[in-house]
Amino acid sequence: MTASSTAPRPATGAQSIVYSLEALGVDVVFGIPGGTILPTYDPLYDSTAVRHILVRHEQGAGHAASGYAHATGRVGVCIATSGPGATNLVTPIADAYMDSVPIVAITGQVGNPLIGTDAFQEADICGITMPVTKHNFLVQKAEDIPRTLAEAFHIASTGRPGPVLVDIPKDVQQAQTTFAWPPAMELPGYRPVLRPHGKQIREAARMIAAARQPVFYVGGGVLKAHASDELRQLAELTGIPVVTTLMARGAFPDSHPQHMGMPGMHGSVSAVAALQRSDLLITLGARFDDRVTGQLSSFAPNAKVIHADIDPAEISKNRVADVPIVGDCKEVISTLIPAVQAEFDAGNRADISAWCSQLDNWRKTYPLGYEWHDDGSLAPQYVIERLGAISGPDTIYVAGVGQHQMWAAQFISYEKPYTWINSGGLGTMGYAVPAAMGAKTGRPDTTVWTIDGDGCFQMTNQELATCALEGIPIKVAIINNGNLGMVRQWQALFYDERYSHTRLGTIADDSGKVRVPDFVKLAEALGCVGLRCETRDDVDSTIEKAMSINDAPVVCEFVVGQDAQVWPMVAAGASNDEIMAARDVRPNFDEDA
Amino acid sequence: MSKSTHTLSVLVENKPGVLARVAGLFSRRGFNIESLAVGPTEVDEVSRITIVVDVESHPLEQVTKQLNKLVNVIKIVELEQPHAVERELLLVKVRADTASRSHVLETAQLFRARVVDVGVEVVTIEATGTADKLDALLRVLEPFGIKEMVQSGVVAVGRGPRSITSAANLRPVERSA
Repeated sequence: MTASSTAPRPATGAQSIVYSLEALGVDVVFGIPGGTILPTYDPLYDSTAVRHILVRHEQGAGHAASGYAHATGRVGVCIATSGPGATNLVTPIADAYMDSVPIVAITGQVGNPLIGTDAFQEADICGITMPVTKHNFLVQKAEDIPRTLAEAFHIASTGRPGPVLVDIPKDVQQAQTTFAWPPAMELPGYRPVLRPHGKQIREAARMIAAARQPVFYVGGGVLKAHASDELRQLAELTGIPVVTTLMARGAFPDSHPQHMGMPGMHGSVSAVAALQRSDLLITLGARFDDRVTGQLSSFAPNAKVIHADIDPAEISKNRVADVPIVGDCKEVISTLIPAVQAEFDAGNRADISAWCSQLDNWRKTYPLGYEWHDDGSLAPQYVIERLGAISGPDTIYVAGVGQHQMWAAQFISYEKPYTWINSGGLGTMGYAVPAAMGAKTGRPDTTVWTIDGDGCFQMTNQELATCALEGIPIKVAIINNGNLGMVRQWQALFYDERYSHTRLGTIADDSGKVRVPDFVKLAEALGCVGLRCETRDDVDSTIEKAMSINDAPVVCEFVVGQDAQVWPMVAAGASNDEIMAARDVRPNFDEDA
Repeated sequence: MSKSTHTLSVLVENKPGVLARVAGLFSRRGFNIESLAVGPTEVDEVSRITIVVDVESHPLEQVTKQLNKLVNVIKIVELEQPHAVERELLLVKVRADTASRSHVLETAQLFRARVVDVGVEVVTIEATGTADKLDALLRVLEPFGIKEMVQSGVVAVGRGPRSITSAANLRPVERSA
């Protein structure tokens, strides 16, 4: 809370909303006005502190708030009207819930006398979002507005972050009240535990010092806790290998010699093996998601588990923890460092050199790679690899969901925290463009590259009009393979190459059909610069051209081969032991082990 | 073998929608509720939900941790036998013609149940007790003919002088793991 206290002054409920947002330090909100939120848009028109960005679809507002929160660490805010406006926020709210992103959604509601009457544009958005919000509120009196918004921001941003929805009936916005700040919060049941238990830390330190095959299993909680520096200290103190999950890319530098890569369904062989063959998982802010563990019963069968998380319910939910630690990752790691040091000083330090060299071996034997297809088509991995190399580690990369997302996680080297934004838990196609818009709004001096698929892009590209008009020059690389690529890959592998309804027609084919849509023309129609690249030779120059344009959003269409696949892969439900490094290539873990 | 049901007293803020939050949590996480009863407490702002939860499919720890994440949940206490008193309320309409009426009344008396309404060929009996006692009563009444019955969820309170609404005692379920 940034504002100093203000003496009570008369205000409408609507003014009270805007004053509260100002007092909470909100600098930007993403939204669309409509009937029941109209009273609030009137005082919002006068606010100089709060910038309103008029999006084209409420889903865009929600994902933009999420992208903003990812990039800045601050609470992202979106506003919508009742009924369809509010229901259009459900997907981004559910997305933020799965990925623990702090956003606050403010929705108009029909007036109190109309609630429950099936009034025009009425929807029970509190009921609808109950399962996908950290908490939500229906404000019943105008005088409750400052307190409720303060509580909403507090809940969204503390503990395990998450989305909070505040539903405000139209008559409450119109009512006369007084505004005073700060309000007293009333949350008797909300007490997140931040500080870890000393006994558990000492026990963890003892196990870390004694383990011969330990690995740091790092999740998004480390980024949420702003604990990247502490993680690096602890990792370098111990020399223990590190893996970073999809939500934690950037929490530990990819170039660091101890980094074994990303684990999971499309993780690197060395990262998957590091977890699978470990005798101690030092789990920090990760949640044993099924995409990481594969078949749970055979996951890391010989490992003891230290599990540190701010959310007690994550601990022992999927995998029983031997040492549970409830706390904020920054506090946990900060207290682990001296505790481990004390073990080392006392002469307790197992030799992990054989383990490290074994992992190193696997990393060198099974590096991430890809092949060029005989048909002369452009390899999508190459495009993404070049994008990362040319734009560099200070760029924020935002992905949608599918093959391009996995390649973006694999082939770009993330060296710094908060440079990778994607939809991990919910897997929301269409996330990238609006999330990138939000990220760029929050960090206008940073280059923001969207890596999107032709399927994802067609779900939310209307927000490029917002970007063009509002001066938000994001860059978009459409990895256009003409198909719903990840689904097609599964059809190739598990459905006998029967490509049922995965062809999108975005690439001109031999039958003379035109591309629909023509992404370059579409980009231009949306007020962006449109570029197309179809050959390997043009990749660098296209990226460089896009990098040189900073006064408008740029869309680069890269036409790539449709048969490229994401590897390595652990098939859904299979054991991590069954990982395939590439199609028909099963790693041999036992040689020179 | 550990028992498969546990009785939880959940203190919640007395606010609209709280029961929906609790019930919704149970259904979406696949937790099984055996019974649920909600009512006021001696503190105006606090309501008390007594939940008997079946933990065959999900460990109790996961149930209480998820409940604790609800912002409106203030405190959860597990009430364990024999350190707690558990009661249910039963209202049952039993066929009782002139021939059987005295037997029905006698049965009610044996169970310390009360007759709360008498009609033509029917009496309505009110009984409180543990689930076992009420089951036993119903078994005995069954042959007379049960026309209608309604039963409350379990309510429970810890024995002794302590109060869960004031201090953490009995066995507060830990917030931390």
